[in-house]
Amino acid sequence: MIYREAGDFSTTYEADSQTFPIKFDRYRYYLVLAIAFGVIPFLVNDYWANAVLVPFLIYAIAAIGLNILTGYCGQVSLGTGGFMAVGAYAAYKLMTAFPDVSIIIHVLLAGGITAGVGVLFGLPSLRIKGFYLAVATLAAQFFLVWLFNRVPWFYNHSASGQISAPERTVIGIPVTGPNTEAWAQYLICLVFVFACAWLARNLTRGKLGRTWMAIRDMDIAAEIIGVNPLAAKLSAFAVSSFFIGIAGALFFAVYLGAVEVGEVFGIQKSFLVLFMIIIGGLGSIFGSFAGAAFLVLLPVLLKNILVGSLGWSTDLAAHFEFVIVGAMIIAFLIMEPHGLAQLWRVAKEKLRLWPFPH
Amino acid sequence: MKDSIDSHVTADGRTIGGVLMEMRDITLRFGGVVAIKGISFDIREGEIRAIIGPNGAGKSSMLNVISGFYHPQEGDVFFRGEKRPTMRPYEVARMGIARTFQNIALFEGMSVLDNIMTGRLTHMNSGILSQALWWGRAQKEETANREVIEKVIDFLEIQSIRKTPVGRLPYGLKKRVELGRALAAEPKLLLLDEPMAGMNVEEKEDMSRFILDVNDEFGTTIALIEHDMGVVMDLSDRVVVMDYGKKIGDGTPDEVRNNQQVIDAYLGVAHD
Repeated sequence: MIYREAGDFSTTYEADSQTFPIKFDRYRYYLVLAIAFGVIPFLVNDYWANAVLVPFLIYAIAAIGLNILTGYCGQVSLGTGGFMAVGAYAAYKLMTAFPDVSIIIHVLLAGGITAGVGVLFGLPSLRIKGFYLAVATLAAQFFLVWLFNRVPWFYNHSASGQISAPERTVIGIPVTGPNTEAWAQYLICLVFVFACAWLARNLTRGKLGRTWMAIRDMDIAAEIIGVNPLAAKLSAFAVSSFFIGIAGALFFAVYLGAVEVGEVFGIQKSFLVLFMIIIGGLGSIFGSFAGAAFLVLLPVLLKNILVGSLGWSTDLAAHFEFVIVGAMIIAFLIMEPHGLAQLWRVAKEKLRLWPFPH
Repeated sequence: MKDSIDSHVTADGRTIGGVLMEMRDITLRFGGVVAIKGISFDIREGEIRAIIGPNGAGKSSMLNVISGFYHPQEGDVFFRGEKRPTMRPYEVARMGIARTFQNIALFEGMSVLDNIMTGRLTHMNSGILSQALWWGRAQKEETANREVIEKVIDFLEIQSIRKTPVGRLPYGLKKRVELGRALAAEPKLLLLDEPMAGMNVEEKEDMSRFILDVNDEFGTTIALIEHDMGVVMDLSDRVVVMDYGKKIGDGTPDEVRNNQQVIDAYLGVAHD
């Protein structure tokens, strides 16, 4: 009843091409923003920030990044973990080398460096496609983790081989290091998520997004309308890696604080983010959020139910969790291969006509 | 023969100009198979030029040579009087040559609007930063190009399916959208590979009307491959006939119709 587009006319092309052309959608989006920026920071505690909100936000950035490459441009990548590691180590080197520069600039630069590395590993994509490209990016994953493990310069020759984030502040409030408050952690991630999602949306709805989707849907036809395939693919690798690098930098600096590369940025991370975009919906910014939320929240929820409500022992619950998550992913792929974003779209289409479906 | 200055006006009042594109002694081989053998012909500005021939005659290969998918081993392509170097298809597109495919090659995951907008890519050149911020040049460009493609959408009478994903459309409409994408580029030369394949009479009539209108209203030069002889003879100004990779006829529809070699190729000839 409340979801209506009747009487909602776009009279200009600008209005027609905006992100939320329906008024109700637009207002709901503003409401979500208001709650995220204005209410949650006052309520958030350590548990919520560390277990749910901060990982959700950071994974959302990574998922947006991978979605640009895989969902929009059709290039499968299994190198997400490696590219996140590039972002993390770039941020670490920058933070320790230039302590006076703002952490925000460091994170952005880390994204830029990751973009460069992404382009380098994207070069084979002109020649190889599909599964073969996935294997090529897998090589990037293992090579990068190996590199950061083996070359002491990257972890400043520390004895443990780990990198740990020194305390850095934004307008006097610590956002990295042990003295960071939960709300500050949350808020800095939120700002980055907001900016990344906005940039990604703008890129994907315009010329560059159409170029990528053209390559994804039919590369021969894309070439015939004037798309240079190499430029299109490499720009997708660059933009995607930029976002993934930012996610990696935040994951290290803001969320974990200390990182051992093989453990944190291993192949599991690549698969986790890939699952997020598959479950959330390929080629959809909203899907990136939905997938990240699903895979971050589900384990927490299951743990609460199994251990908290049913009284199972923790280790049994932890193992059973894998089974349930795995089964749900399979069930999901069978029932809705286009992901949560498609469910959302279908629901909206139904609501638009409800209660008179004809 | 090759004076590119002379232009004449056809019976229905269209102006046919000088030579826009010339193929000179094109030979294309795939390994031992010779697909095109030393073919020369030209396409004049503003005309509708048909390429016909039995299956396997090398018509599509010829179109692929023009659009840069195949590079002939011998012979040269001249565009607007200049010899064209070896080019990739996207470079050919940027010279103002658009085409449609025999089997529809649309972007199934995108809406009709976005599909036709991709045809404008060669006309858009805002930087990545401007696009990311959706501000200044990128936004202005988006709106300006949207206006252009809305004209194409009106022209092809597909307003009502603007926002429908292409994957959901029936065959005839897909063909029309593909033509729209090619038109959106405002090409100087439009290549149509069997624009009427698999259509019923009514759809063929619609498509013929669009082709004639495109040629008439925008002055676009058109080269088309088609199997329906009635359509070819009615639409085209000049016809090239190919058989087994060789040119066996070239001229107006009437000349071609009365050419003995052409009749033999189509009807078969008694070998004694």
